[in-house]
Amino acid sequence: MTQLDAVMAKVRAENRAALIAYIPAGFPSQQGCAKAIQALADAGVDAIEIGFPYSDPVMDGPIIQEAAEISLKGGTNAADVFAALKVATDTGVAAVVMTYWNPIERYGVDQFAQSIADNGGSGVITPDLTIEESDRWLAATNKSQINPIYVVAPSTNDSRLAAVTSKTGGFVYAASLMGVTGTRATVSSDASNLVSRVRAVTDLPISVGLGVSTREQAKSLAAYADGVIVGSAFIKLLLEAESEEKGLDAISHLAKELAIGVREGR
Amino acid sequence: MSSAGRFGEYGGRFVPEALIGALNELEIAHNTAQNDPLFLAELAELHRTYTGRPSIITEAKRFAEYAGGARIFLKREDLNHTGSHKINNVLGQALLTKRMGKKRIIAETGAGQHGVASATAAALMGLDCVVYMGEEDTRRQALNVARMKLLGAEVVPVTSGSRTLKDAINEAMRDWVTNVADTHYLLGTVAGPHPFPTMVRDFHKIIGEEAREQMLALTGRLPDAILACVGGGSNAIGIFNAFIPDSAVRLIGLEAGGDGVETGRHAATITGGTPGVLHGTRSYVLQDANGQTVESHSISAGLDYPGVGPEHAYLHDIGRAEYRAINDDAAMAAFSLLSKTEGIIPAIETAHALAGALVVGRELGPQANLLINLSGRGDKDVQTAAQYFGIPL
Repeated sequence: MTQLDAVMAKVRAENRAALIAYIPAGFPSQQGCAKAIQALADAGVDAIEIGFPYSDPVMDGPIIQEAAEISLKGGTNAADVFAALKVATDTGVAAVVMTYWNPIERYGVDQFAQSIADNGGSGVITPDLTIEESDRWLAATNKSQINPIYVVAPSTNDSRLAAVTSKTGGFVYAASLMGVTGTRATVSSDASNLVSRVRAVTDLPISVGLGVSTREQAKSLAAYADGVIVGSAFIKLLLEAESEEKGLDAISHLAKELAIGVREGR
Repeated sequence: MSSAGRFGEYGGRFVPEALIGALNELEIAHNTAQNDPLFLAELAELHRTYTGRPSIITEAKRFAEYAGGARIFLKREDLNHTGSHKINNVLGQALLTKRMGKKRIIAETGAGQHGVASATAAALMGLDCVVYMGEEDTRRQALNVARMKLLGAEVVPVTSGSRTLKDAINEAMRDWVTNVADTHYLLGTVAGPHPFPTMVRDFHKIIGEEAREQMLALTGRLPDAILACVGGGSNAIGIFNAFIPDSAVRLIGLEAGGDGVETGRHAATITGGTPGVLHGTRSYVLQDANGQTVESHSISAGLDYPGVGPEHAYLHDIGRAEYRAINDDAAMAAFSLLSKTEGIIPAIETAHALAGALVVGRELGPQANLLINLSGRGDKDVQTAAQYFGIPL
């Protein structure tokens, strides 16, 4: 059982949703990232996803693209990703890495999974890895005892939902809409449909991401989802802040609001 | 997924789950169409009355004098409507788009040839068309931007990343993830997730099928070597495919060597890259130690891509095809030579294959017959070439 499994069980026992925050490693800077992780943990997030910035992020909208570009210009590499993961797990929250597949393959599939475990990480979210291409990865995550977390979408049909969730650990990442990451004024109604369809095929916890940025949205999602994932909203605040300190204050404030939201949904 | 999507360890699907349904739908539509005489007849009729197929073969006698005396034959895909081989694939996929009941196509383009071909097919078949093009390329290929707009397409300049073909593909993928219900992504090369490498090859294999018959009729035998430029690799696969079982026929792909592979400023993905995953497929990739894609460099916008089709990776690894790099300067010298010896101005992409023929011809000697895929014409490159050769405009 990973720490993420424990966290998802705990929030289920508390009859609420988990708040899961995303931040790319090396953003806004190596030190700034460590401070942001600490601020998010202090504000009450239950789990943190450390993003591995990638040169060709086809699932990401302009906000995360910009953050990834800043991070890569700063020289972020795999070691920095694992260091950020360690910072997160040292705060006591559950932590995972979110990465496109090629950096894993380049690093070495077995070694990557083991480095996650060695730094206290619970799992890895792989948004462009299909289950058909997953044999080596599933062997590696199994050996290193970490959660392989897959993303499903509103367009995923029921038989495929069953197939994908049967390979998944930790939680199922349900994309709330057809599209890329980014903040949106409203959360698509596709989200509740998708969560119901996933519930029908698995007992795993289900976390919803894409487009969530406010306490109200967190509250409405927490009514039926086990976890609420917020990424772009935090990054936008850091990008727009006049100073790193003000940015950290802003994400701390938002995380506290969201933490209330995930507790008032039911 | 069927094993048809893999070429040895290459190919496959590395895409967001959101696209799996659309890729399955496309795979089924393509497989059905390939076995449907009505579809094949409709496409053949379009090729006869619209594309201008079969494309002819021209023997380049004066050019051959510079290639060690080998006989050189040009498969004239440059004479197709819209000026390159790209129309073969575009018409096929546009017909499939209509069969799937979709009304909108999106496409990426580097040099603009695939974008122009896509805009053309969209106009012909009454489809909405959006073309993503790196901002850098919209400047290099301004004439093709105007052509696409005249044809009724919307051209979206892409300002992310390196602002070239790679980033145009990223942006097209983002559009597709968002609008997949009513949109077909008309990918222009033999890369991307399954079924694209197989499907795009199937629409281009007519090049090699025609050429094989034409060469037998012309010379009474198969050519000794076949040469084609390779960016993503669609024209090369198109002419190679029919000859793959003919083991005595050498298949030679010419990649863009840019300033020289040793300088790091090139787009020779098989020559200078390593296996990895980019844009939904496993193949060779120009990448760094962390798996980040490295920017490619080439004077040819159409070859300026840090990936390559997975079937080429496979043909390379099993030794069936060989891949060499041609630097910018060698390509431009061949560009000039063909223009002045044959009265044919080739695309700069194609000039890489012509430069390869000058080398391979000397290696094989005067008894050899070389077949080159003259994949595109050079009208679009006049500005770049004039600048390169110092011709005032």
